[in-house]
This record gives sequence, C-alpha cells and structure tokens, in this order.
Amino acid sequence: MIIKKLLIANRGEIASRVISSAQDMGISCVAIYTEDDANSPYVKEADEAYKLEGSYLDAKEIISIATYSGSHAIHPGYGFLSENAGFANSVKKAGIIWIGPSGNVIKKMGDKITSKKLAEKAGVPTLPMTSDAKDAKKIGYPILVKASAGGGGKGMRIVEDPKKLKESISAAEREAESGFGDKRVFLERYVEKSRHIEIQILGDSFGNVVHLGERECSIQRRHQKIVEESPSTVIDQELRDKIGSAAVQLASALKYESAGTVEFLFDDKTKEFFFLEVNTRLQVEHPVTEEVTGLDLVKEQIKIAQGNELEFVQDDVELIGSSIEVRLYAEDPANEFLPVTGDIIAFDPCDNPSVRWDVGIEKGTVVSSNFDPMLGKVISYAETREEAAQKLALALERSHFGGMRTNRDYLISILRSEDFLKGKTTTDFVERVSLNTEIDLSESEIFDHAVAVAMWNQAKNRENAGVLSNIQSGWHNARLPYQKVDLIFGDDVIEVKYKSKRGGDFCLSDDASVRIYEFDDESIDIEIDGKRIISKITYHEGKFLIQTIKGDLLFEMKERFESSSINEIAGGLTAPMPGKVVDVPVKKNESVKSGQTLVILEAMKMEHKVTAPSDGNVKEVLIAVGDQVESGSTLVILED
Amino acid sequence: MLEAQPLKTRLNLNDDEFISNKKSMLGKLDEIDELLDEAEAGGGPRHHERLAARGKLPVRERIFNFLDPDSPFLEISPLAGYKSDYPVGGGCVAGIGVSAGVECIIFANDPTVLAGAMQAFSVKKWMRAMQIARDCRIPFVQFVESAGGDLRPRGNRSSVALNVGHFAESGRQFYEITELSKLGIPTVTITFGSSTAGGAYQPGMSDYNIFVKEQSQVFLGGPPLVKMATGEESDAESLGGAKMHAEKSGLADYFAEDEMDAIRIGREVMSHLDWSKEGNSPDSIYEEPINDQEDLLGIVNPSLKRPFDVREVISRIADGSRFEEFKPLFGPTIICGFMKIHGHTVGVLGNNGSLFPDSSQKAAHFIQLCNQISIPLVFLQNITGFNIGKEFEQNGSIKKGAQMLNAVSNSQVPHLTVILGNSYGAGTYAMSGREFGNAFTFLWPTAKIAVMGGEQIAGVMSMVRRAKAMRDGLPFDEKEDARIVEGQKISHDKGSEALIATSAISDDGIIDPRDTRTVLGICLSVVNNKEVKGSDGFGVFRL
Repeated sequence: MIIKKLLIANRGEIASRVISSAQDMGISCVAIYTEDDANSPYVKEADEAYKLEGSYLDAKEIISIATYSGSHAIHPGYGFLSENAGFANSVKKAGIIWIGPSGNVIKKMGDKITSKKLAEKAGVPTLPMTSDAKDAKKIGYPILVKASAGGGGKGMRIVEDPKKLKESISAAEREAESGFGDKRVFLERYVEKSRHIEIQILGDSFGNVVHLGERECSIQRRHQKIVEESPSTVIDQELRDKIGSAAVQLASALKYESAGTVEFLFDDKTKEFFFLEVNTRLQVEHPVTEEVTGLDLVKEQIKIAQGNELEFVQDDVELIGSSIEVRLYAEDPANEFLPVTGDIIAFDPCDNPSVRWDVGIEKGTVVSSNFDPMLGKVISYAETREEAAQKLALALERSHFGGMRTNRDYLISILRSEDFLKGKTTTDFVERVSLNTEIDLSESEIFDHAVAVAMWNQAKNRENAGVLSNIQSGWHNARLPYQKVDLIFGDDVIEVKYKSKRGGDFCLSDDASVRIYEFDDESIDIEIDGKRIISKITYHEGKFLIQTIKGDLLFEMKERFESSSINEIAGGLTAPMPGKVVDVPVKKNESVKSGQTLVILEAMKMEHKVTAPSDGNVKEVLIAVGDQVESGSTLVILED
Repeated sequence: MLEAQPLKTRLNLNDDEFISNKKSMLGKLDEIDELLDEAEAGGGPRHHERLAARGKLPVRERIFNFLDPDSPFLEISPLAGYKSDYPVGGGCVAGIGVSAGVECIIFANDPTVLAGAMQAFSVKKWMRAMQIARDCRIPFVQFVESAGGDLRPRGNRSSVALNVGHFAESGRQFYEITELSKLGIPTVTITFGSSTAGGAYQPGMSDYNIFVKEQSQVFLGGPPLVKMATGEESDAESLGGAKMHAEKSGLADYFAEDEMDAIRIGREVMSHLDWSKEGNSPDSIYEEPINDQEDLLGIVNPSLKRPFDVREVISRIADGSRFEEFKPLFGPTIICGFMKIHGHTVGVLGNNGSLFPDSSQKAAHFIQLCNQISIPLVFLQNITGFNIGKEFEQNGSIKKGAQMLNAVSNSQVPHLTVILGNSYGAGTYAMSGREFGNAFTFLWPTAKIAVMGGEQIAGVMSMVRRAKAMRDGLPFDEKEDARIVEGQKISHDKGSEALIATSAISDDGIIDPRDTRTVLGICLSVVNNKEVKGSDGFGVFRL
C-alpha cells in the first residue's frame, strides 16, 4: 500500500527529520503538538497539525488523530512510544501502517534478558551474565549491575569489590523500581576499556536483511552519547564483516522488518565484541550512517513499511569517507552536564564550512524543562576523519546561536583534542580527557567583544533616539563621565567605558581607540587598536549574543538603575528557579514556623522546597498546585 | 536637501597664516580645556572625597545618569565665574540634554562648592537656565543641594558687578519657576540635600518633587533658627526630612531610596510627560559638509585685524556645504543666504567687513524673508561696527542701520548667534547680540566683545587728554601718554576677551570652532520645541 499521508508521533528535531524525507517522497505529513510545542518549527513544517490534549505518550489520542486526519501510517521517531509494543499493535489494529518492526519484535527486544538469550541462540557473542547473585564469581569482576527494563544509565552499578555486591544490587533495584516500575536487575562482566559500537540494520518484509556498517558512539556523558561517528577508527573491513554478519544473523532470526540497531560492547584491548541490545527504532545518530552510505534511512523505513523490497544487497553497501555527529544540548558541562532552560535568541548556522544541521529549534524557541534538552545534531562529512572533525569544529565555532548555556564549547574542545583526533575514543573519554568546557578565548578577547557589544548598543541608542539622534554619540562641550556599560558575563561584570571622539571614532578608558566600520540590526564591524572584529550580534530582552571566532558569547546588560525596594511587598517569598508548583501545604491566614515548607516546586525533575524564613502568618498565597512559575516570581506572602 | 550648490573653499591649508592661526587657536583651546578640568573639580578633591564618603554623587554624575545613554549634553556657561572668588563654573552646572527622550534644561548645584550656596554666578546661571526653558519651551529640571545664599560678608567681593542690588530686588527666580509652570513647561526638582529658607521655595514652587531618603532636608528655618525664633527644640529630620515631607507635609511627591533611585524616578517623570515638540521636524537624512570642519581652526587670525571670508565658515557648517546666497553682489560686507544645519532650514547672516548702509538694508530685507517663511536665523559675527565717516553718514548709515536693528529686534524667529571674532559697538546688537533677545549666543575662543577696539578706545582717550591739556594750557607729556595708551589698550583688549565675557555669563559659553555645527544643530532642535513663527509685523522702517 502506498503511504500518502503520514502522522509523526513525535516532536522536535526527529519530527522535522521525518517530515523532510516524507515530504520529499510526496507524502503529506501530520504533526501533533502540545502547548509547549505550539510554536516549534516542526509544527509549521508539517502539512497539517493537531494539538494533543494529553501528551506524546497518549497512544489512544494519537491513534484517533491519525484516524481522524486520514493518515495511512505512523512514524514514531525515537523515544516516547517508539519502542512501545502495545502502541505498535494498536496502530496496526486501527488499520494504520506502523513504521517500525512488529510489536512482537519490539517486545522481545525490549527485555534485556530475553534479547540476550535470543542473541546467544543466533550465535552472537554476549557478555557473561546472570540474574542470580550467586553466579557472580563465574562472570568475574568487575561486574556491572543493570536494570532489566532499563536504559540511559538508570539502575546501573559497577562493582569491583565482591563485598559490595549485595549493597549495589539493592541500590540498583531501588532505582530500577522508581525509574521503570520493574525492579529486576542482572549482572554482567564489565569491560574497562571499551567502545560502544553499533550496527545499523535494515530488514524488509521479504526476509532480506542488510547491515550498513558500524557507528561508534563511545563518547558519552551521563550515559548518553554526545559524539557519534562512522566508520569507527578501530573497525576494519574484516571486523566490520564479522560484527555485521552477527547483527544480520540476529535480525534474520527475528524476521526483523524496518530499521534497527544492534549494539555491541567492544573491548579495546582484545578486539572482542559482545552483544548489548537491539534498538527497534531509528537512532538519534542515524545521520552518520546516511552520510557515509548515501542512503536516507527514513525513506528506507517508509519504503519497507509500504511493502517494498530493499533495492540493494549487502555487497552494494560501502562506507565512503567519514562522518561525525555531535549532539547539541542545553546543558552546563561545567556543572555535571545538568540541563538548563532558556530562550534560543539566535539561530544562524554558518554557511562555510557547510555541515548538516538536524535541529528542532529556531530563533525564539523556548527550551523548557518539560522535554529532553537536546537542541539538535550537527553532522559533518569529509573524505577523512580528521577533516570531518575539523570541519565540524569550525562550523560550530562560526555559527551564531545560543541564549542559554550549551555544550557547544565542550564539543568543540572534543573535536579539536589530540585524543579525539587520534581516535582514542573509549567510553571513559569524558572522564579521562580533561578538556575545556568554556569558550577558548582569552580575557582580553572577551573584553574586546564586550566592547563590540557596547559599541553596537550605543549605535542602537543613537538610532532609536527620538531627538538629536544625528548628533555625535555622547557629545558634550564640557566635562561628563565616560559612557558606561556594565555587561554581566557569567559570574563577572565587565565594565566598558568609552567616549566618542571628534570624527566619529571612540576612545576607551584605557585609551584604546575604536572605529566602527559598519553596524546594522544584526551585526557590527569594528576595529580596536588595529584588531578587527566582525561579528553577528543578536539582542533579546537585555541579552546580547555576539559571535566570536570560537563560538558565541552571551552578555547581559546590567540595569542602569537597580530596582527600587522601597515599594516591594514585604515578606514575599519568591521562586528560586522556574518550575511547576506540585504542592502548597499551607493556606491563607495559617500561622507557620520558621523552616516550615510553604511550597514545593518541581524543576528539572527535582523537587524543591520553599520554606518559611521565620515564624509568621501566611498573608497571601499567590499560586496554586499545577502553576508554572518563573524564577523570582512571588509565591507566598508572610507577615510577622 | 537644498537645491543650492556646495560652496567651494578657497582656503590654502599650506599657507603660513592658516598654520599659525590654527596653532594659536589650539593654544587657546588647551587653555579652555584646563579651565574645564578646573570646573569639573568644583570645590576641589577634599570636598569630592567628603561627598563620596557620604555615598553621594558628584554633580556631573547626577546629570550623566539622568541623561539618556549616549545622548548629547550642551553645557551652558561652563566657565562662569572665571577669575572670580568662586571656582570656575560658579558652583553649579546648567545644560541642555535629553532625558527619557525629552529635551530639557538642567540646573544643578555643585555641592562641593560652598555646599551649593547660591551667589551671583549661580543665580545668574539659574536665571539663564529658566530663560532657556521659557524661550525654547522645554521642561526645567533642578538638582537642588544648596546651603542657601552665600552669606559671608566678603563672599561676593569680586563679583560686585554682578551683585549690585538690594535684597528687595532678589527672589525673581521663584517667580520665574511658577511662571514656567503656568506656561505649560513642567518643572521637575530632585532635592539631593538641604534646601533651606528661600531655597526651600526651589522645591516649593516646582511641579514635581523627588526627595531622597535621609538626604533631602527642606525647611524655611533650620533647627537653630527655630530655636532662636520660637524656642522650640527640633531635629532636622523631623523638621524637613524626606520621609516627613513624603508622609506628612506632602511637599515630596516621590520618596527615593537613594540618589540613583531619585534619578531613576526623575527619568520616569520625564517619560510620562509625553512631550511633543511644536516646531518643525528636521529632515531625517542629510549630508555632512563637504569641507572639513577641522579647518575652522585656521580661519581666524588671533589679532582679528586680518579679514576672512565668512563663507569659509558657512561651507563647514552647512549640510552638504550647500549655500544659496542672497544678493551676493549688493552690500557685500554682509553675507546673507539659506542653508540647512542637521536638516533644519535656516537663514544665515555673516559679516565680511563692517556694516555699510547697503549691507544694513540687505540684512533688513533678508531678516524679513526668513520671518515670512518662519525659519530660524543664524548670525555669524565678525563685526567691527557700522562704518563711520562723512560719506557713510551722508548715505544714511544711521537710517539704514536702524532698518536692520528694527528687523533684528522685531524678528520673532529664533536667533542663534556665534561670535567668531570681532563684536564691537552697535554691530554687536545689529548682529543679534544677547541683549537683542536672541535664543543662544556662543563664542569662538577668538571672540572679542567691546564697545570698540582697545587701540581705538585708548587713542580716543589720549585725544581727550591732549585736548584737556591744551584747554588748561598745561604741557602734554608724550611719553607718559604713550605709556597710558599702551596700558589702556592692553587692559581693554584683555577685558574684551571671550573668557572675560563668558565668566560674566553674558553669553552661553565658548565653543570649539569644530563644534559649531553640532552646537547649532542641538540649538535648532531645542528651539523647535516651541512653534517657530515669524513676526507678523515690524516697527516703522525709516526709509
């Protein structure tokens, strides 16, 4: 059956990715969205869109939208319902084509113990494992304790000392219980110097299965991949054939239809590989395979789902050149890679060098705490790996985007590091290689850009002046202080003091001379004592994002006048961070003791208590359970 | 843009005279620069330290923070009080700036100078500031911090010329504040410190009052006076503190946390005025002069004996250097014509010699034309006076001069006067000097203002002495006379210098010639807060 209309049961960059390929095949696309995504790019890229009353996990509602909109098929993307066997079955039952392997395969592969047994049966090497703690000795230490239903590192423990095994198992069980509602754990051999190697497979309804070579995704933080590449530096053709055929064997045994990934643990010392799991969906990192094989995996998935036969055989598959992908996250690498939220105030990927940007954001996108903080992926392709790495680094450096902390600077550091360039990319990379998480600029380079921001700001001030706007900036005939701009940069405040000179140039308080060559709404071109700075610049609500040769700097204008506290409501308690109100255990007029919990906020999946700073009476409760509050908003007013 | 063609310059930049003129002008500017530093220092470092120790801002920082970032500020008479008993500046700062998008005039006491006590210079500057507010229809802003009047018995000694008067004649300032209010010109006062006795009426008469917590003190009589007059014990805070006035008397409309907060509130007030200008808007796009404004430094010979072509000045201040000359072949000692400055169309009159009967007639005609189409006039003075001599008297020098004076006096468009060099005798008035009701008067450092030249006046006096000696039949000591002539010449020339004039606030300040276009541009914008309307009629022209 030909798919004419496709519903994408996902959001963000993967929704955009699927829409792009589907539309290229002439397929009309249906997007679904929640309130938070009302303005997301993918909603506008789709041919039609429907708002969800529930969430992206609401299988029933999604199927009813598919039916209502006349969609012939559902593509689940990754995450959400993509590996939910029940959903796959319900879709089929509703007479809609499911783009992915059958519910049965999903179910089997979803359970790590079952999948491992099946792999063993198909003759694929696996790590020694057991679900019985008594067999720990047979496996040998160090041992990895893993949640049976898990993923993403939750419920994982490395045990080196047999004495600590029991304790670790119980801890892992607790995490597994709270994380997945399934406390089962198992034990397996832990490989110290390892790499994460995965094989992309494609299977059609005619029983044809091919593999598309490997991806190496060893560089991970918080057990999530951040850099992926194909081919791997440690896999030669012989090894590729070996691991590839193991994956194909397993897929054939499963009668695997659609795209999937067989993940292996690769022992860097012994070159052994062990089966880990099968991902029954399109992977985040699929683009690197596309780049080196020239295939479009989404199109292949759709064609397979339509019942087409694969148009090529294993011998046709050849990996040409090298491709690297990095995942851009709204997170703070200097603070344990914890996610951050904020507004994307600029998004302007550079044209030169040109690389592939698979993103779900645009200028104005709000990154909230409700979703994964991945902003998108940037993928380079070149003849050699070194070139691909350099190209990707330069593209990241020369693009103009941001608004909140991202891992861009860290990714650049990785791509430019000796370890990465030499292929020393074992899974301990992030811990082992100490790299700069900040932008690689000197203090004086940062100051120069603060000057550029100050110059842009003054030019804008002159342009926007209602009167005397054409008079020389800050002109005066007697004495006045230097014009002053205080720019907040991280924890610092950078003060730029300047004066205009006759003829239009400026002089800084340290006597450096500044000339503005060009200025417009989005850029500035200046020279500071002979050093040229040509930068894109974006202003948004007091924040300036300015491009440098190493990425962007975000400055925030310090208010000229402090907000006056003379009129502030006394005793108001404010939210320390943006979040959702999950509980308000006090009522108006209630008397409270110092330290008593007044409000519980949930932010970044963490609960945060707002407590009474002193004994008193609740004069006013300004919020209710379920409210989303911004940082600094008043929650409760106390009186003595 | 005017259709007129750009003026071509005839200046020779390699000419020795140009080079030496420029050198001399830069020397004068250096001197002025030093005096401006002195003015900024106010009462000196010790007083600035004391101010800072109390967490207070110097006057120029108060002003700077009140102004819009990167906006211009045209200070009025910054060198007032030069060579007086008071520091240069006269203990206060006045100037035109932009706050929250509104052009306004600010008058601010400098608390480092005699704790802001008012004296002849500050009163005259204050009055000038209010006159600008009235003439240009721009809000009047006061930053008050004043110990009252300078009551020291010898305080005003060197300023006698400014201070002949009786107490009964003082107090016009308070009358003027309320006059402004009635004219629809808001008066906004931030009281940063004490403002007592008469000074209490500065906030007292204002439309808006902003007081600073634990800083503003406003009362008619302070605790010692109250004790003396009534025996009542009181403390300053309860007698006239900011909190008291905000909560009880109601004299304070806004209660500020600190100085910056007061300035912030002041800007809020300015922004709610929703000020709209009643005059004309300039062209938003215009050309800069083709000829380099830097060359203005070398045009005037410091001795003022060498004539220069005022068109060399015009071509450096006019948009695109474009100038449409009116009657170029008639009465050529006065240059009349049309130009634009920062997009404002203006008529300009400039001297290329003394006033001949024909030149006066031409000027009278031209002034009427500008009134007919309601455009401001710019006067560029380099005038030694009306030409004298038999021939000129017979040609009606007085009569035709009177035509020009009639036109200048009754013209109702704003007049902006820049004195480039000589400004002598009746010529000063004919070319719209300060006392002929112009809107602004600025001096180049080369300006000389007097009834006549030092040489002429010393010569005339020598002739008088010689005649008296002859009448009395006494011998005439030639040697002694030559000594007196030389001395008189020097002292008169010295007394007519720009710095002496500006010290007495008889103008709005000395400007760098290279700033002429900018200063005129600011003034033209400011005068357009009021409708620019030419005169409906003039006095009887003696024809």
